[in-house]
Amino acid sequence: MAMVLSEDQQLLRDSARSFCQDNAPISVMRRLRDEKSELGYDEAIWQQMIELGWPGMAIAEKYGGFEFGYTGLGLVLEETGRTLASSPLIASVLLGASLLSEAGSEEQKSGLLPQVASGKLRLAVGVDEGPHHNPSRVACTAMKQGAEYVLTGAKSFVLDGHIADKLIVAARTSGEPGSENGISLFLLEAGCQGLQIQRTQMVDSRNAANLVLDQVRISEDSLLGSEGAGFAALDAALDIARIGVASEMLGSVQEVFQRIVEYLKQREQFGVQIGAFQALQHRAAEMYSEIELCKSAVLGALRCLDDPSATAKDRARMASLAKAKLSEVSERVSNEGIQMHGGIGMTDEFDIGFFLKRARVAQQFLGDASFHRDRYATLHNF
Amino acid sequence: MLALEQFRDSTRAWLEENCPPSMRTPMVPEEIVWGGRNAVFTNPESKLWLDRMAEKGWTCPTWPAEYGGGGLSSEEAKILAEELARINARIALTSFGISMLGPVLLEYGTHEQKMEHIPKIIRGEIRWCQGYSEPGSGSDLASLGTKAILEGDEYVVNGSKVWTSYADKADWIFCLVRTDFEVPKHSGISFLLFDMKSEGVSTKPIQLISGSSPFCETFFDNVRVPAANLMGRLNEGWSIAKRLLQHERTMISGFGLASGQGDRGGTTSTTASLEGAAMHYRGDKDRLTDPALRDQIAQFKIDSEAFALTSQRSSEESRQGGPNATSSMLKYYGCELNKRRYELFLKAMGSQGLGWEGDEFEAEELQVTREWLRSKANSIEGGTAEVQLNIVAKRVLGLPDMLSLASKK
Repeated sequence: MAMVLSEDQQLLRDSARSFCQDNAPISVMRRLRDEKSELGYDEAIWQQMIELGWPGMAIAEKYGGFEFGYTGLGLVLEETGRTLASSPLIASVLLGASLLSEAGSEEQKSGLLPQVASGKLRLAVGVDEGPHHNPSRVACTAMKQGAEYVLTGAKSFVLDGHIADKLIVAARTSGEPGSENGISLFLLEAGCQGLQIQRTQMVDSRNAANLVLDQVRISEDSLLGSEGAGFAALDAALDIARIGVASEMLGSVQEVFQRIVEYLKQREQFGVQIGAFQALQHRAAEMYSEIELCKSAVLGALRCLDDPSATAKDRARMASLAKAKLSEVSERVSNEGIQMHGGIGMTDEFDIGFFLKRARVAQQFLGDASFHRDRYATLHNF
Repeated sequence: MLALEQFRDSTRAWLEENCPPSMRTPMVPEEIVWGGRNAVFTNPESKLWLDRMAEKGWTCPTWPAEYGGGGLSSEEAKILAEELARINARIALTSFGISMLGPVLLEYGTHEQKMEHIPKIIRGEIRWCQGYSEPGSGSDLASLGTKAILEGDEYVVNGSKVWTSYADKADWIFCLVRTDFEVPKHSGISFLLFDMKSEGVSTKPIQLISGSSPFCETFFDNVRVPAANLMGRLNEGWSIAKRLLQHERTMISGFGLASGQGDRGGTTSTTASLEGAAMHYRGDKDRLTDPALRDQIAQFKIDSEAFALTSQRSSEESRQGGPNATSSMLKYYGCELNKRRYELFLKAMGSQGLGWEGDEFEAEELQVTREWLRSKANSIEGGTAEVQLNIVAKRVLGLPDMLSLASKK
């Protein structure tokens, strides 16, 4: 497993970087926030991302994708993290398409994946039901009635839930909340009877929604995978998304750190640049070290996703490693981003606060540091 | 590509034939081969293995063949390392000549100096020690005061060094000396090589908080050194000294890498892995019952794995000719990790990790305690953690230097 990028991957990263800097800078994010955009992202920029082929990057060729691998998608997400560019990439591609690929039948995959790859179809995935990520604690039920399932329950923190065309929801067909057995996956139309979708206004100004399922009746054809055995596919798709989100966080962390270092060289107090003070130098050097580890953790995890010989357990281990590490360092660096900028860092006019807000949402999304350390320990049998 | 595959095949066949059986078992500290005039081989197969490897130059695989090195390309050296790892082969020779002096000697030495010293380093015939730190010069290494005055065709060396690892066992020393007292401190330092058997050299071992140690004090009383033993140019030793420190940091940062399977090496012992120790000493079966310790161990192992990936990335980047200003970062982080490792071992072992000596403790337990104490030096030796952070701040991040700002005022 090489820990350096290939030439193609470097080119991709460079072009993604200039695209985000030129077309999706942080001012776009500020405008969307100020406008209270219902969509939560910029449609014109999303169309350009589609033209660049980003949604199909990791999707197999036979399903209309480019099969460039998760490392490629991760590099793109890293660049979106630098400018806080929002798009359906996380909900629809990382989560939705991955889950379809993991759990869907041949018919479901060939019907839907090409549409995700071309950006025509936007997906959202509903897993969690409380304030903390816990994919096995599904209480939402699906009762079989004839050729239909009836879904009842609620979902929270569903990314892009209110703008998706279709939703994939985890519901319990047997067993108790907390059990990995008995979880089934269902594909729902956004407008289906009994489904209420309420957008939540989050601190990062991005999209999330809560769902209420009140006797939602769907055909048994909407089941993804086999009844009661959805957890393995769900967790595998979540691992892909965890690594993707860690990639995005890596971009944000590096951007904040770069801004810190520039400010330390520019700001003067007591007649010298504040970067000459050892108290700040050592904190900066420690952050640099932690960020170097973050780069390796993310690249190692992406490589693992692209390694055909890696097992589901290998992927799970690397996903938890990357998400735990990035969540920890992202908290530290985003806090230092405010502190090292002093008073100006507290003003809304200055951009650094956006990174703090996004950092906390990204940390919490799909499991925070303590969730993933616990999972890593379990995967190591202790 | 084909040539590399052939190299792999022939290497594999050679190792199969030439690596003695006991050299394919985990290394035990008593059998580490340091070489030297008075080399000790507690296992006769260690000698056989060293001689065979040295014959091929594979104790130093990438060093030039004209001086007895392996002359391998970096791709071939990687294959050799993989093939050695495949059969769990022991390191044939451990020495400061290989890890520290050799690389700078190849870079700065004259042809004659290389001809004299490099083959002996490769064959493990001469054991080297490092004369850097002095009682008054720790982090401010360049303030060193051991002086060398040229008299005819000899330097006369007077002064003392401290923290000289294995000075009492070494045959030769590479030594920083002051050759000009009138110029700024960095500009008056030279790099001398000399025999520890020279008249006027004496050593005294240092007892540490962890007990006996390889460290010594080293004293020079009118030691006469041939002028030809100057390496590099007169008064330009500081750049060689810094270059060598980069190699030393790379070596020390390896302390942060977990050896083999567990966190401490070994395979079956209860103190091989942190989680194994934590569960053993609590009587836990399938899950570590102390949630705080479990979280800390998981965090340690995550950092440890990310650090290993970073070391790998750094060496691959430097092979590609990319940026490689990371040796200070690796040294800093690797040493902090190692200290964390041992604090966690102590927490895992409870009072069984706190024995000093006696039969109430297993030998392994006593060893962990000593290693814990010894680990405290990791962030001091080879440049303190604070010095590494200074280097990262200034060289890597380009932050201003307060000392030079102050001197301009």
